[in-house]
Amino acid sequence: MAQHNDANKVIGKSVIRTDAVAKVTGRAEYTEDMHRPGMLVAKYFRSTISHGRVTDIDTTAAVQHPGVEAVFTYKDVPQNVFATAGHPFSLDPHHKDIEDRLLLTGNIRCLGDEIAVVVAQDELTARQALQKIKVVCEPYPPLIRPEEIMAEGARQIHQGSPNIIGEHRYRCGEVEQGFAEADHIVEGDFTTAMVQHVHLENHIAHAYMDDMDRIVIVSSTQIPHIVRRIVSEALSFPLSKIRVIKPFIGGGFGNKQDVVVEPMVAFLTLQMSGRPVQINLSREECMLCTRNRHPFFLKVKTGVMQDGTMVARDMDVISLTGAYASHGHAIAAAGGAKQSALYPRTPARFHARTLYANIPTAGAMRAYGSPQILYALECATEDAARKIGMDSVAFRLKNIARQGDINPLSKEKIASCGLAECLEKGREFIDWDRKKREYAHHKTGPVRKGLGVACLAYASGTYPVCVEIAGARIVLNQDGMVHVMVGATEIGQGSDTVVAQMVAETLGIAYDHVRVVQAQDTDVTPFDTGAYASRQAYVVSNAVFRAASELKAKICRHAALMCGSDAADLDIVGGVVIDSKKSARVMALKDLAIDSYYHKERGGQLSAEVSYKTTSNAPVFGCTFVDIDVDIPLCKIKINRIINVHDSGVILNPVQAAGQVHGGTFMGIGAALFEEVLIDRETGYVYNNNLLDYKFPTFMDIPSLHHDFVETFEPTSGYGNKALGEPPVITPPPAIRNALLDATGVHINSLPLSPHVLFTHFTKNGLLKSRGEQHV
Amino acid sequence: MTGQNDNGFTRIQCTVNGVPRSLFIDVRKSLLELLRQDLGLTGTKEGCGVGECGACSVLVDEVLVDSCIYLAVWVDGKAIRTVEGEARDGRLSPVQQAYVEEGAVQCGFCTPGFIMASTSFVEKHQGQEVSADQIRKGHAGNLCRCTGYQNILKAVEKSLKP
Repeated sequence: MAQHNDANKVIGKSVIRTDAVAKVTGRAEYTEDMHRPGMLVAKYFRSTISHGRVTDIDTTAAVQHPGVEAVFTYKDVPQNVFATAGHPFSLDPHHKDIEDRLLLTGNIRCLGDEIAVVVAQDELTARQALQKIKVVCEPYPPLIRPEEIMAEGARQIHQGSPNIIGEHRYRCGEVEQGFAEADHIVEGDFTTAMVQHVHLENHIAHAYMDDMDRIVIVSSTQIPHIVRRIVSEALSFPLSKIRVIKPFIGGGFGNKQDVVVEPMVAFLTLQMSGRPVQINLSREECMLCTRNRHPFFLKVKTGVMQDGTMVARDMDVISLTGAYASHGHAIAAAGGAKQSALYPRTPARFHARTLYANIPTAGAMRAYGSPQILYALECATEDAARKIGMDSVAFRLKNIARQGDINPLSKEKIASCGLAECLEKGREFIDWDRKKREYAHHKTGPVRKGLGVACLAYASGTYPVCVEIAGARIVLNQDGMVHVMVGATEIGQGSDTVVAQMVAETLGIAYDHVRVVQAQDTDVTPFDTGAYASRQAYVVSNAVFRAASELKAKICRHAALMCGSDAADLDIVGGVVIDSKKSARVMALKDLAIDSYYHKERGGQLSAEVSYKTTSNAPVFGCTFVDIDVDIPLCKIKINRIINVHDSGVILNPVQAAGQVHGGTFMGIGAALFEEVLIDRETGYVYNNNLLDYKFPTFMDIPSLHHDFVETFEPTSGYGNKALGEPPVITPPPAIRNALLDATGVHINSLPLSPHVLFTHFTKNGLLKSRGEQHV
Repeated sequence: MTGQNDNGFTRIQCTVNGVPRSLFIDVRKSLLELLRQDLGLTGTKEGCGVGECGACSVLVDEVLVDSCIYLAVWVDGKAIRTVEGEARDGRLSPVQQAYVEEGAVQCGFCTPGFIMASTSFVEKHQGQEVSADQIRKGHAGNLCRCTGYQNILKAVEKSLKP
């Protein structure tokens, strides 16, 4: 970390995001806006059962339908299985993602599985042709519930592979001794629902060939460089002959950290002599046939002393990955690691298994397993605090991670941790102590009041599980402004903006003199694995800081050549080269730039390029406090006040950071109260893969969202910053569940806490008579 | 209808962002398809195609509609406003400016629809005392997955100030 001149201060300022004007004027070009003349449309023929086998398929009538260019079935596609998860390639063969996909399949593993594809002149023709495909299937009993999936003799959903696709355990400290000595042992079973990302832009990609042997793919993806590799693997096509372009992208939240439609459009353009072919999934297809959040089944046991020390924890997890592995067991593994990061001094034992199931495929979704694990963990922590009659906040303050603790799983020292301050800020904001006393009088009657809290720990990337690599190239233009190319992928989170801030700060120029090239293009942008794991600003900061420092040194050297001073005395402040020894202006950057380009002997295009591997992974922390009313007769929770407080290191851009927290809190409230992909437990049928029936919260469903930060300085990052994008989604559900428990005394250990779930529990616990009347 | 049917096509007259247009259109097309495919106005987005998300919101005779479920032929004789028409002479509209300043934009895919919803709301409520709940209700037909609506609320409040 270098010393920055205060005059150059851009980090920490709420500059206007680089793409805001393009977006409010409708000029920002998304994949669908980059339509190519003569582009063909492809539509999938999908299964209407969730488990079975195609025994016969007849596409004759579809092929003959006017306007249809081609029909391909599972018999026509390459037979090399590939993995779709947006992970970096692993040199360790034991750590490779499970390769279980073909472009199309005759073995049906979920509702909507892709059996054939029609290529037509337009969407309507393609839809008409789909109706002319005749298929005969042999159905198998769907395997939906963990006990039937794991039962002895259960059919293998992928023949030749066990239904349990991943399993691991870890143990930190003396767990058995902890349970033996504990004053109390508290146990609970928890479940979390399958929810969907519902990014506003559905999955879309098109591909064409720009000469006889190169494929160009334009896709709404979070991982352009990974798409390039996976398409290469799926089609056995040379990686260097694939170019992936990512224009503006309408949200991803992890669902586009998976390779979904790209291999198919690439395959189709190859089949169609390089003509452009597009797949634009409908909302219904996107919600059924892309990815979702893994539903979890968790058992948690906590040993606690009367003084509030948690002395042992045991967690057993089953995660359903659905029809295909996608990110598979990595979700449960990543989530499970947060237990030791949040409560590093509590001995803990963890066991997780991930299963195939005949339900929609789960993949990466904002916070990657942690919302499920920390829901159970923070509910169990609440139950332990209540068991000994200790205040929920005080109990957490006694057990949570502190700066200097060693994470017993990673063996890494926690270099920065502001979680205790986060809890204190949240407690003050929500007026915890006063309201606790006040709400003690509101635990009876039709409307009851409660307070809830939950904590989180998260990471700033995937190291050491995966490589963390980022690239930055900065070029000084003739007019003294700079262009920046990064592999960091802007997906709406504001990555380009903070990159511009970093460059401006280190280089000593104005923020609006930095142009970050928005569209990613694997032909030209430096390598980076993409936007996921809240890694982007943390990992790219190390590359950008080095590249900007290098360019600055080159500029100073050129200035020294021009004016004969010592480069070591020169600096750049406000776009002007200065002699810091003499405190004198030397020249404007634009005068230097034009000299570097056009002087006949000295200089050149001044640029710097750095590819940097980050070999650290800073933990981040945060919490949610919530104040609710519970309407017993209506079985409804009303949020009076909610705040998320985060330690994410230095806040690069407060307005954008607030936006990440609001968005995460909102998504967390959605998962807490409303959202669930409804799957029939017998047939695997999905009831609500549309925006009318899937209860995505509207403007009216969400209260005012509050946020605060505890700014720590993270030494392993270029600018002191740590992860922020995903963590805010984690804690609203357990905080709301804990507030519901506080208000009513009823333990509900599932999600979402929707009226019909509350009704069942309130009735069972005597808060309601069976016909919905309230007990007096 | 001013035009006659001709093999499933018909002629309509309308104004688009203030410019009079005479268009020969496929009667099956939605207004969204007319804007995006025939007029090249790709600022208006499709998020669901069935009127659930509001990403395709535009104004037809100052009424906010989901253009994906509004037939193109229905705009005959009417005035359409889309996001492309809101910035004039290189200056953002007050609503656009407020969205930019308040951080109400993230991925930006819902933004064009929201800009039109807010424009309609602000023009209707100019000079009135408006509560946060009224703003929420007035935007309940537009979904955003990134912002939690918080900064959009602030942007609308800012736009309402004289």
